[in-house]
Amino acid sequence: MTTELFIQYLMAGITYGSIYAIVAIGFNIIYNTTGIINFAQGEFVMFGGMIAISLLQYMPMPLAIILAVLITMLIGALIEVCFIRWLKSPSVLRLIIITIGISIISREVAVHIWGESIRSLPYFVGNEISSVAVFGARVSSQVFWVIAASALMVVCLGIFFKTTSVGREMRACASNRKAATLCGINTQNMVTLSFVLSAGIGALAGCVMSPITHSQYDMGTGLAIKGFTVAILGGLGSSGGAVAAGLLLGILEAFSVSVVPLAFQDAISIAILLIILFVRPQGLFGSKEAAGLSEF
Amino acid sequence: MKKLLSVLPLLAVVIGIHFLASATDTMYYLTQMTMSAYYALLIIGLCVLMGYAGQISLGHAGFFAIGGYLSAALTTHSLVSYQDNAVVSFLDSAGMLLAGHDLYGEAILVVSPWAACIVAVCTAAIIAVVIGIPVLKLKGHYLAMATLGFGIIIYRVALALEYFGEADGISEVPAFVLLPGLSVSGNFSDRVQNYYIAWGLLLIGMVLLLNLIDSRVGRALRGIHGSDEAADAMGVNTSGFKLQTFVLSAVFAAIAGVFLTHYNGGIGPSEAGVMKSVRYVAIVAVGGMAHLWGALLMGIVLNFLSLRGVFGSYDDAVFGLILILIMLFAPNGILSLNIRHRLKQLLGRGKTDKEGEV
Amino acid sequence: MALLEINKLNKRFGGLLAVNDVSFQVESGQIKAVIGPNGAGKTTLFNMISGTFPATSGTVSFQGRELNGKKPFQVAALGMARTFQNIKMFSGMTALENVMVGRHVLSSAGFMASMFRMPWTWKEEKEIRDKSMELLALLEIEEHAHTDAQSLAFGQQRAVELARALALEPSLLLLDEPAAGLNIYETAEVGRLITRIRDLGITVLLVEHDMSLVMDISDEIMVLCFGEKIAEDTPKNIQQNPEVIKIYLGEE
Repeated sequence: MTTELFIQYLMAGITYGSIYAIVAIGFNIIYNTTGIINFAQGEFVMFGGMIAISLLQYMPMPLAIILAVLITMLIGALIEVCFIRWLKSPSVLRLIIITIGISIISREVAVHIWGESIRSLPYFVGNEISSVAVFGARVSSQVFWVIAASALMVVCLGIFFKTTSVGREMRACASNRKAATLCGINTQNMVTLSFVLSAGIGALAGCVMSPITHSQYDMGTGLAIKGFTVAILGGLGSSGGAVAAGLLLGILEAFSVSVVPLAFQDAISIAILLIILFVRPQGLFGSKEAAGLSEF
Repeated sequence: MKKLLSVLPLLAVVIGIHFLASATDTMYYLTQMTMSAYYALLIIGLCVLMGYAGQISLGHAGFFAIGGYLSAALTTHSLVSYQDNAVVSFLDSAGMLLAGHDLYGEAILVVSPWAACIVAVCTAAIIAVVIGIPVLKLKGHYLAMATLGFGIIIYRVALALEYFGEADGISEVPAFVLLPGLSVSGNFSDRVQNYYIAWGLLLIGMVLLLNLIDSRVGRALRGIHGSDEAADAMGVNTSGFKLQTFVLSAVFAAIAGVFLTHYNGGIGPSEAGVMKSVRYVAIVAVGGMAHLWGALLMGIVLNFLSLRGVFGSYDDAVFGLILILIMLFAPNGILSLNIRHRLKQLLGRGKTDKEGEV
Repeated sequence: MALLEINKLNKRFGGLLAVNDVSFQVESGQIKAVIGPNGAGKTTLFNMISGTFPATSGTVSFQGRELNGKKPFQVAALGMARTFQNIKMFSGMTALENVMVGRHVLSSAGFMASMFRMPWTWKEEKEIRDKSMELLALLEIEEHAHTDAQSLAFGQQRAVELARALALEPSLLLLDEPAAGLNIYETAEVGRLITRIRDLGITVLLVEHDMSLVMDISDEIMVLCFGEKIAEDTPKNIQQNPEVIKIYLGEE
């Protein structure tokens, strides 16, 4: 393998890896405050991209993206308020099925609004052909947008959870919901907020990735599975773990193309998921004891 | 014996529907009723897994597809060019191959449907064992994701392999001659007999499962669902029983897949899709998880409506909506909503309120 | 040879030594009680005996056979039944069905035999039902046989749980705080039941908080404190043991 090809695969891996990491962090945020795995996480990404593409007809791109993110956050809030908030101590099975139902409804809404066609946002800078040279390899400029946006989200979330009072309240919720309630924190609002946040980061990821990976109504399930793989791989609930695991999976997937046919690429990451679930359900970096504790 | 008696009314309904259809000249309904019966066969198997053993599976379309695809591929792809291969000639001498001619009069050699059916169902069972041993150690979200992942792998494999026809699937699957004069096929003339074959199979499956849940095994399964730990302490090999139930439900799914594929004369990748798996879970949920009759009823009604195209382009959306609504408002299934009782309660409350005012 | 022999059993949870080098024996036909203050390691000891989790070191032998590494269902099949501190009924099943599950290891109908309702399973099924009814009658709750077990009163649920454990025809019965949550009358009733069970020839090992119950019915008592065995003697001697008194009444 030439250095150029190597760099190209690497950059592709990092790009996809950062998207997976963002989806995984979306899983983590909701999981930490509620203990729910939101099967509709991938649909947030889809909505972000699709809404931005539609809005683009009426406004410049930065505005379209911001508005798309805000709308998706609103969708996230609505989902929580309509389907989750008022349930009294629902069983895990019930929550799983509800979020699966939400995911299907979201897809169906999308297919009736946007159809089955594949769409994409234009490149933020330049076009498909323009590229930046990295160690002799040609890399699309959008790749840097994806990586930068993902990194920015991780940093901002970190700051939000560590320094702001709302962020601290959410962490309190995560570590002990009952105790947080007793301290006067409105845990229900925190849950809503967690849906809003994870919808927001999902949507933003959906926008920045759209020029490269395109957007389609049914992209959610695949992303959700991979995001979940990453979340588990990094240790459910851990942001740092998600980033590391996301990059790992992305790069692994990118290089697997040189060994296995493209059609099996998804099968590979799912096989990784299954193997991890069987061998180390606490994740690569977590210890068994730590798996019980959740932190952002 | 009692179980046999309990399905007799159903048998009467099945015959009744046939006469009704022929009397009203709506025999074409029988086609969808036949297909619904096969889907219902998968669904009652899944019901035992989910409702009684308490294990969710979001990958059962995968087992259906393993059954359908394998029997379709084996009975359709000609082995003529491999005739000299030792395995092929062994199969031939064992009477498991059928020679014939294709549309263009060329000689073909395919696996006989009976042999293909057995291979397909056994493969599904073996895969269920291999997948089930690690997967059933998982709980909750992990189990759901792992089974979903399994389903997607099967879907991807079906899409990726030329042997399974990639995006087109496999068509022109021959009839499955069960006995001379009795064959599973989409032939117009065989419609009535196929209706009875499908429903016969479903009734047999129903009797077997009703027997199962009212037995030592059924009690153990319900015990596991009630309290895993206590069942364990009572000597129930919980993981063994979960696995056996998983395999059993996979076999039901694979048999449904084999028969429906021969009936339709083909199978496509959408049969392996996630949406199908979710749909089956939705139907079991509507029927009320631990309620075989509910699962059977809903399996027939919802599949029939879907196959008739009643839901139009909102087919998947309807099932998604059903899933959410049932889980939000009637997690014990639609039959648990005692509507008359609720109405009475509502009216009763209204009355007392008025009395209070007076 | 004693029915149950515990030899230098240890259990470590992280840095905590929950059970420390405990050895004792249970002779056939006795009622033996393990007592001790909260957190003494009684339930941990129980869970190791019944195979719920493995011991860090040490051995448990039952009827001369080592149980190490055996899962609870395998231990149960050898003839050791147990009840739980917080009653674990099988929800959604009647009292009778709960007890019938107890006959699991004594019957053998598998998936195929059950689905095809083989003729030989009819006899087995009838036997399971009859024996279970008998046990419900023995514990005087037969009139609730067809009631949903979870909807029964607490005391009745205890009885159903006992019947379920007895259905296994155990040679050793482990009772984890059988009087927990019961009032004095119910406790006395449970005491009477346990003695009756012993008279049926079943050895009983119980963990209990309620001193009056234990002193009344036990043949031998072992005292556990912070995971260590403090004393093992007859109830009479235990009552006079200065160290036990110190633990229970505090230092003067």
